[in-house]
Amino acid sequence: MNARYQKRLLINRLALLLAISAMAIGMIFLLWILAVLVSKGIGGLNLAVFTEMTPSPSSEGGLANAIFGSLVMVGVATFVATPVGILAGIYLSEYGNRGWVGPATRFINDILLSAPSIILGLFIYTIYVANVKHFSGWAGSFALALIAIPVVVRTTENMLNLVPASLREAASALGTPQWKVVSYVALRAVKGGVITGVLLAVARISGETAPLLFTALNNQFWSADMNAPMANLPVVIFQFAMSPFENWQSLAWAGAMIITFSVLALNIAARAFFDPRQKK
Amino acid sequence: MTDIAPSTLPEAKIKVNNLQFFYGSFQGLKNINLDILERRITAFIGPSGCGKSTLLRTFNRMYDLYPGQRAEGKIMMNGKNVLEKDQDLNLLRAKVGMVFQKPTPFPMSIYDNVAFGVKLYESLSKAEMDERVEWALNKAAIWNEAKDKLKQSGLSLSGGQQQRLCIARAVAVKPEVVLLDEPTSALDPISTAKVEELLHELKEDYTIAIVTHNMQQAARVSDFTAYMYLGELIEYGITDELFIKPKRKETEDYITGRFG
Repeated sequence: MNARYQKRLLINRLALLLAISAMAIGMIFLLWILAVLVSKGIGGLNLAVFTEMTPSPSSEGGLANAIFGSLVMVGVATFVATPVGILAGIYLSEYGNRGWVGPATRFINDILLSAPSIILGLFIYTIYVANVKHFSGWAGSFALALIAIPVVVRTTENMLNLVPASLREAASALGTPQWKVVSYVALRAVKGGVITGVLLAVARISGETAPLLFTALNNQFWSADMNAPMANLPVVIFQFAMSPFENWQSLAWAGAMIITFSVLALNIAARAFFDPRQKK
Repeated sequence: MTDIAPSTLPEAKIKVNNLQFFYGSFQGLKNINLDILERRITAFIGPSGCGKSTLLRTFNRMYDLYPGQRAEGKIMMNGKNVLEKDQDLNLLRAKVGMVFQKPTPFPMSIYDNVAFGVKLYESLSKAEMDERVEWALNKAAIWNEAKDKLKQSGLSLSGGQQQRLCIARAVAVKPEVVLLDEPTSALDPISTAKVEELLHELKEDYTIAIVTHNMQQAARVSDFTAYMYLGELIEYGITDELFIKPKRKETEDYITGRFG
C-alpha cells in the first residue's frame, strides 16, 4: 500500500512540476517582451507624444493624430460589432440547434474568427475602397468590425449556453415571453462574461495592422475626417519602426507601449468592474 | 387536516382527461385521469421516474420549451383545454405558477425578483408595486428577513431564503394555481418546516399541486394524494384514507417501504 501511495505522490509532484514549468516558460517570454517594450519605449514617452502630430523624419513630434485615429476607428468598429455580435450570439444560443441556419452560421463564424486579418482588409478594399477610389477611416472601421464580430458572437453564445436551464424555466414559468427571458434574465446572468468578450474583441482589433494598410492607410497630419485616410497607431508603428531614423524609431516604441498598456488597463478595468459584482 | 363533507366539496380546478405524454417515442404518462380540486393541496408521490414531475409540468405546458416532448388528451382549466395549440402559453403560465426544486432567484435585486412577474401583466404605480412586493414577501414568510435588503441581489440570500423568495415571486402575480416540484428537497429541515407552514396558509387562496418524494411530507401537508408508478396513476384519494387504508396493493407496498 505504501509503495503504491509513494508512486502516486511522485507522479503528482512530477505533473505539478511540468505544469509549473509550462507556465513559467510562458511567463518568461511575456515578461521579457514587456521588459524590452518598457526599456525601449519609456525613453520616448513624454507629453509631446500625446499632443503633437507625427513628424517628418528629421523633426520632433508626437503620435497625437495616430492615437486619435486609432481611438476613433476602434470605437466605431466596436460600436458596430457589439450589437451585431451579441444579437448573432443570442440567435445561435436560442435557435442555433434546429435546422441548418444555426450550424451553418456557427461554421462560417468560426472561419471568420480564424481568417487572416489581411484578407478581411483586402475584402473591404475590393468592395469599398476600390469603388470610391480613396482610403478612409470608415473603411478602416469596417475592416476592424469584421474582425471583432466573430469574437463577440462566439463569446456571447458560449456565455448564454452556460445559463442553467432551471433559470430559464423559472422565468418561463412566470409567463415571460421568450425575448424577455433572454434579455432580462439570461443575458443579465452572464453580462460580465459577454462584456469581457466585447473587451477581448477590442483588445484584438487595437493592434491590427494589415487590414488598416488597405483601408485607412495613414495620414501624416491631423484629420478628423472619416472619409479620408486616417492616421492610426499600428500602421505608424509599422512605418516608423522599419525606418532608419532614430526619432521615428523611438516614437514607434512609444506607440507600441501605449497600445500594450492600454489593452492591459482595459482588461484589468473589466475584471475589477465586472467580476466582483457577479459574486454578489 | 382535510374536510370533505359532501356539501362543501370544492370544484375541480383542473380536470385531466386521458392524458398521454411522450418523450420522443417513450411514453412517460399513460391514461391519466384525475381532478385537482380548488383551494386544496394535492400531492403526487411515487418512486423516481414514475412521471409525477412530468405530470406537473403538463399543467403549465412547461414541456413546450423542449422539442420532442408532447402531450395528448385534455387538461381542462376554466372550461378550456390547455393542451390545444391556440392556448396562449404566457397567459396560461401567468395563471399557473411554478416553484422548482432548485431555488432560482433571478440575477437582480430581491425587490426586482418579486416585481418581475407582476410587471409583465399589470401596470402598477410605485406605491402599489411596493405594496404588492411586501404582500408577496409576507405571504412567503420572508418579509422580516428581506425588508432591509430589498435592493440587494437575490443571490445574496441563503438557500432556504432563496426558495421562499421564489415562492414570493410565484404568488406575487396572484395566480390561480401554484405548482411545486419537490420544493423542499434542497432545503434544511427548518426551512422545510417553514415552507410547509406556508403551503397551509396559501391553500386558502390558491389551488396547490405538489410533487414530493418525501411521503411524510405528503401526509403532513396535503388534502389529496396521488400515487403514481411507471407513468400510471395507481391510486388517488383523500390523504388520510390513502395512507391509512390504501385501496391498492401497489400503494400499500410503496407506503410501507416494501420498495421504492
